[in-house]
Formats: sequence, C-alpha cells, structure tokens
Amino acid sequence: MAQRERDPVTGRLTTGHEWDGIKELATPIPGWWITVFLISIAVALLYLWLYPSFATTKSLEPGVLGWSSRQELRDEQAMAAAAQGPLRNRLVATPLEEAGADETLRRFAQAGGRALFNENCAACHGVGGGGQQGQFPALLDDDWLWGGKQADIIQTIRHGIRNEDADSRQSAMPAFADTLSKDQIAQVTDYVLTLSDASKADSRTSLPGAAIFKENCAACHGDAGEGGRDMGGPRLNDAIWLYGGSRDAIMRQINNPRMGVMPSFATRLDEASLRMLTLYVHGLGGGE
Amino acid sequence: MNNAHSPTFSPALAAGSIPGLNEAIVRRFTLATIIWALFGFAAGTWVALLLAFPQLNIGLEGTFGRLRPVHTTGVILGFAGNALIGTSLYVVQRTCMVGLWGGRRLADFLFWGYQAFLVIAITGYVLGITQSREYAEPEWYADLLLLVVWVTYAAIFAGTIARRREPHIYVANWFYLAFIITVAVLHIVNNLAMPVSFAGTKSYSAFSGVQDALIQWWYGHNMVGFFLTAGFIGIMYYFVPKQAERPIYSYRLSIVHFWALIFLYIWAGPHHLHFTALPDWTQTLGMAFSIMLWMPSWGGMINGIMTLSGAWGRLRTDPILRFLVVAVAFYGMATFEGPLMALKSVNALSHYTDWTVGHVHSGALGWVAFIAFGALYFMVPRLWRRPLWSVRLVEWHFWIASLAIVLYITAMWVSGITQGLMWRAYDALGFLQYSFADSVAMLHPYYVIRALGGVLYLTGGILMTVNIIMTIRQPAVRVPKVAAAPAVTA
Repeated sequence: MAQRERDPVTGRLTTGHEWDGIKELATPIPGWWITVFLISIAVALLYLWLYPSFATTKSLEPGVLGWSSRQELRDEQAMAAAAQGPLRNRLVATPLEEAGADETLRRFAQAGGRALFNENCAACHGVGGGGQQGQFPALLDDDWLWGGKQADIIQTIRHGIRNEDADSRQSAMPAFADTLSKDQIAQVTDYVLTLSDASKADSRTSLPGAAIFKENCAACHGDAGEGGRDMGGPRLNDAIWLYGGSRDAIMRQINNPRMGVMPSFATRLDEASLRMLTLYVHGLGGGE
Repeated sequence: MNNAHSPTFSPALAAGSIPGLNEAIVRRFTLATIIWALFGFAAGTWVALLLAFPQLNIGLEGTFGRLRPVHTTGVILGFAGNALIGTSLYVVQRTCMVGLWGGRRLADFLFWGYQAFLVIAITGYVLGITQSREYAEPEWYADLLLLVVWVTYAAIFAGTIARRREPHIYVANWFYLAFIITVAVLHIVNNLAMPVSFAGTKSYSAFSGVQDALIQWWYGHNMVGFFLTAGFIGIMYYFVPKQAERPIYSYRLSIVHFWALIFLYIWAGPHHLHFTALPDWTQTLGMAFSIMLWMPSWGGMINGIMTLSGAWGRLRTDPILRFLVVAVAFYGMATFEGPLMALKSVNALSHYTDWTVGHVHSGALGWVAFIAFGALYFMVPRLWRRPLWSVRLVEWHFWIASLAIVLYITAMWVSGITQGLMWRAYDALGFLQYSFADSVAMLHPYYVIRALGGVLYLTGGILMTVNIIMTIRQPAVRVPKVAAAPAVTA
C-alpha cells in the first residue's frame, strides 16, 4: 500500500496511502494560506490585547484601550443629549401655543415629533396619522374627540384614554341593547343617519327616532349631534365615523358600543418629547 | 483505473470484497434524506410565503412561530442529519474495508430511532411543545431519545473505524468522527434540563440568564460548525475526489486545517451575542476566535477545489461534479462572510437583520445542500446498481437550484443591509429617520423574491426526487463477480 507514486498531472508525489481508490498528494501547504493564517492570529491577539478579553471571578482585564460597551453607549447618549439639549430646553420653556411661531423650534419639534409619532403612535394611528378605518381615529382632520388645541392634545397624550391613569380621559357609552327595544334602536339609527344631511334638517324632527335620540343620546352627543367633548361624546353630524357609518355599523355601536383605549405616555416620554408629539399632531392638519 | 469518464454514470461495481458490508442501511438513509429534503424545503418555502403574505396564516397551529422550527429541524436534523449519517456509513465501510460494527439490528435501530426522534420533535412544535432554544427546540423526552440514538451512531462509527482493515484512518472519517463526538457533547450540555413532571412535556433549563444564552450559542454556533461544516467536509473529502477521480490536493493541509478548525470553532459562539448582556470580554473572545477561524475554514475549500487540478474540464459535462465544486465555493464564501459578520463593527449593522438569514442560507443552500445533492447523485447508482436515469435532469436541478440561491441570498443581503441602515439612520437634528414599521414595510418585495427562491429550490428538489425514483425503478445492472473485484479500488 505505502507505495509513493508520482501524479502525472501535477508531478507531485502521493503519500502512498489509498482508501477506496482515493489517494493523497504530498503537496506542501500553500505559503499564502500559512501567511494569512498567521496574520489573522496576530490580528486576533491584537484585538485581545487592546480590548477587554479576560476575566477572573474577581476582576476584569479591561484591555489597553480601556474600552467598554457601556461607556461607549453613555458617551454617545451624552453627545446626542448635548447636541439636542439647547433646543429641548427651549421647547420646554416656551408655551406650547407660541412654539409654532419660532421657526427653529417648530422645525425641531416637527422632526422630533414625527420620529416619536412613528415609533409610539403609528401602530394605531398610522404613519402620517391617517388612522385605521373602523379601528383608530384619524388625526389629520378637524374632528377631535377630546379637543384639538395644543393643551387638549398634550393632555390626551400625557394621560391617555380610558386607562388606569387617574387623569386619563374617561367616558362610557351604555349598551342600549339593554334598555331599548330592537325597533327603537332601528329608529334612532335612522335618525342619527340624517344628522349629517343638512337637507333633512326639517324633515328629521318628525322621525320616530327623534324623541328617542333626545331622551337617550343628546345629553352627551348634543341636541343636534354636535358632540360634547367634556362628556367625551363624539360628533355625529359631520359624517366622520370612527367605527363605521353604515346603518349596520351604527346600530352595532348603539347596541353594544366599542370604546377605544389609549395608553398614558407621561411615564414613557419626557416633557420635551411630549411637547414635540403635541406640536406634530397639532400640525398634521386639524389643529385648533 | 478507467480514465475515460462516462457521462452516463455507469454504477461503480459492487464493493464485493468488504466483509459484512451493509448497504441496505445506507439505502434507507438515502431515501430518508430525500424525503426530509422535500419536507424541509416545502416547510421553508411555506414560512417564507407567510413572511411575504401573512394573511396565509391558518390559525394558531399554522403560525410562523410554530412552523419555523419545523423548517429548521426538517432541513438541519432531517435532511442534513440523514445525509450525514447515510454518507458517513457509506464512506466509513468503504474506506475501512469493513462492514459496520454492531451488526444489522443496531444499524436498523439507528435508522428508526433517528426518524422517530424527528417525527416526535416536529409534531411537538406544531402543538406548541418547544424549549425555545434555537436548533434545540425538542423537549427533554425527545432529547433523551436522540441521545440514545446518537450514542449508538457514535459506537457504530467508532467501532467500524476501530476494526478497519486499512492502516490509516481516511481524512473524511476524522471529520465525521469530530462531528459525531462534538454534537454529542453539544446536545448533552445545551439540553441539561429538569422536567416539571415525568408525565408532562415541559422542562426548565439548568442554566439561566446570560449563561443560558451563552451555552445556547455555544451550541448553536457549533451545530453550524460541526453538524453543517465538519460533517459536510467529511462528505467533501470522499465524494469530490471520487467524482473527480483525482487525488486529494494536500495531505498536510488536511491535517493542519482539521486540527485548527476543531480547536478554533468551539470558541466562536459568543459572536452571536454581540451587543447583548454578555460581558464585553466574552464578546471580544468570540470575535477574536472568529477571525482566526477564517483560514482553517478555507483550508477545506482549497483542498476541495484544488483536488480538481487536472479535472477542471469535466465541470462542463458533469453536473454532479459541478454540484460538489459549487458547494465548496459557497463554503468558501460563507466562511469568509462569517468572520466578517463576527467583527463587532460589521455586526453592529448586520445583527438582527436578514443579512444573518441570507448568510446562513448561503451556507445551507449553497454548501450543505449542494454537496449533499452531489453525494446523493453519486451514491444512488452505486447503491442500487443502476445508471442514473437522467443526467439532463441533474443539469436542470443544478441550474434551477443555483438561480434559487442567487434570488434568496441577494434578496436577503439587500433587505438585511437596508434594515440595518434604516435602524441606524438619523436626521440632521438627531432624530431617528425611520420607524421600525417603516423598515418592516420595506421588506415586502424582498420577501416575495426570497419566497420565489424557495419555490425554485423546492422545484429542484422535486426534480432530484423524480430522477432518483426513476433510477431505482430501472432494472438492476448485472455485474459478473469476477469483473467486479478490481473495481473496488478503482
């Protein structure tokens, strides 16, 4: 077996071993392979020398550079904070209503508000604030459930809606399936459908649903369905429907209403961020 | 030695002079490899489609989270595992000139035990039974079964080497043995767990917190390093020289790169945990060992590709050799990309992105599966003693699968690097440029391309299956025993 032969193609000797017809050449290891291997070992050792690479149970060998990932993070955060600090401070010091007048501040708040909105709000309200039909309100229009002034908006962002925060927006619509008959709910639905149609302003008063509406709905939604923000009663006369404007959808809402929830952001975002978000949302198109 | 290369792939003649040769078990593992390949590719294609079109989700049992490990276990332990066991039993008997240690019954137990493990593990995932450890999802009872099966495998393989009738152990067997031993150690340590009850499926790991993460990625990285690399280098060292009919390029290189690879791979796991709670010094260590791993990995590539010296022309006509050689080229590419991605500055961009997914698939589709396909096409005519049904179909398989890989990895490179860049993009005022949702929306076209790559790869697998079924259904080639004898060493 151990017969070394010369390979006719390469001119190399074999090792003389053979398994199932496979032989091996005694080719030396390529020089470049050894060189690069040694270089990579040197580079690795250099890394180990420069950076933390060894620890005992008692202490850590920090490496020649004294680098640590935590320190790097702290440094970069400090740099970012220092770069934004003056504008953030100015934003907090300026009354919300006046911040829009300061062009630098307005741009800063718009850019920051957009980033914050996309990270914190877009999941429900959509990138750009378009909302999701039948799910979450659009923030681009002038239909505000809880008010569209800066002070209203920041209050809503800070404390949220119908959550555990003691200052969150609260309102509840009863399930009228418990108190009204099917016919009555159908009648009041037909009446509600006319509220946003100005041509029916006179004729609607004679509808059988008018009295039911006045008795059950007007306290929160207003006599003409103009809504009541203090009570958290949405406007019904503007043809904007959060949970759908079809007869079926409105009937469903009266029978067993859906009421959205929004988290409180006071504990998640700092004051400057809350203000940037407020100015961004206010500037989306419908700010009052 | 018959130097005239015949593209009809007439089967090499029976290795009749090997006492106790067990080819039946290799045939079984070969068929299992093909079945698990189709299963794993189909599962992968399906989950790729789920990512592109989430509305395809069909209820809780059909969610991505439950089906992804079905794909990974199906391809890694199912397809690659059966290919490794099957080829290793084929190779070890022929290069040791002796049949398997332990006899037929033990070999049968290895086969059925392994398939039972796979079925138990995979059905469990769909029912929500998982340890949530990547590539080690099976719960404790399945792990115990695998342990018994794996020890049996180690005993059969090592026992066969121990009673070999050759003076030396062939390099392919070094790699197979290293793979078998290391996987046993990895499997035992990473799965140390306490069952909540012996009547229930749930268990809790012996490790917790960052130690747990480190053990898991020591395991995960070395499953790639030993299961999908060392074992498959074993396949390369037998099937490339056989198909090319050329001697191995360098014996010395094989020794040096073997020991370097075995020694260095085992330390590189922490690079999976860059920028996590893992202490800095451990991260540096993982990175340094990854850099040193580059050349030992390339040693295998050099030995595989340079073995073709004098046989390059054959690549034009022999799609089987092309599968084997392109596999080695992908191995070289993936093992350059790996150390690159292990560098912290590169990892800062690539971590948690699709780049990682693209990287692992360039290795999995390009290296692992291609070399397995080459080995299957080599073995089947010899195991069933029939010429391969269609070489043209192998050509089609090769080109369709190659196109699939190109679509898959380029889509993942682009989407992964775009993700990484979007996550770190700041505007002039220091605010994040994109939201996470923006980076998800961006992925859709790339996910469609990736799914298309999956469909093509599965198509290639189906062509291979058809080809092999048709090969087996042909009448056997009758070979007179006298003529067969010299072919053993041919």
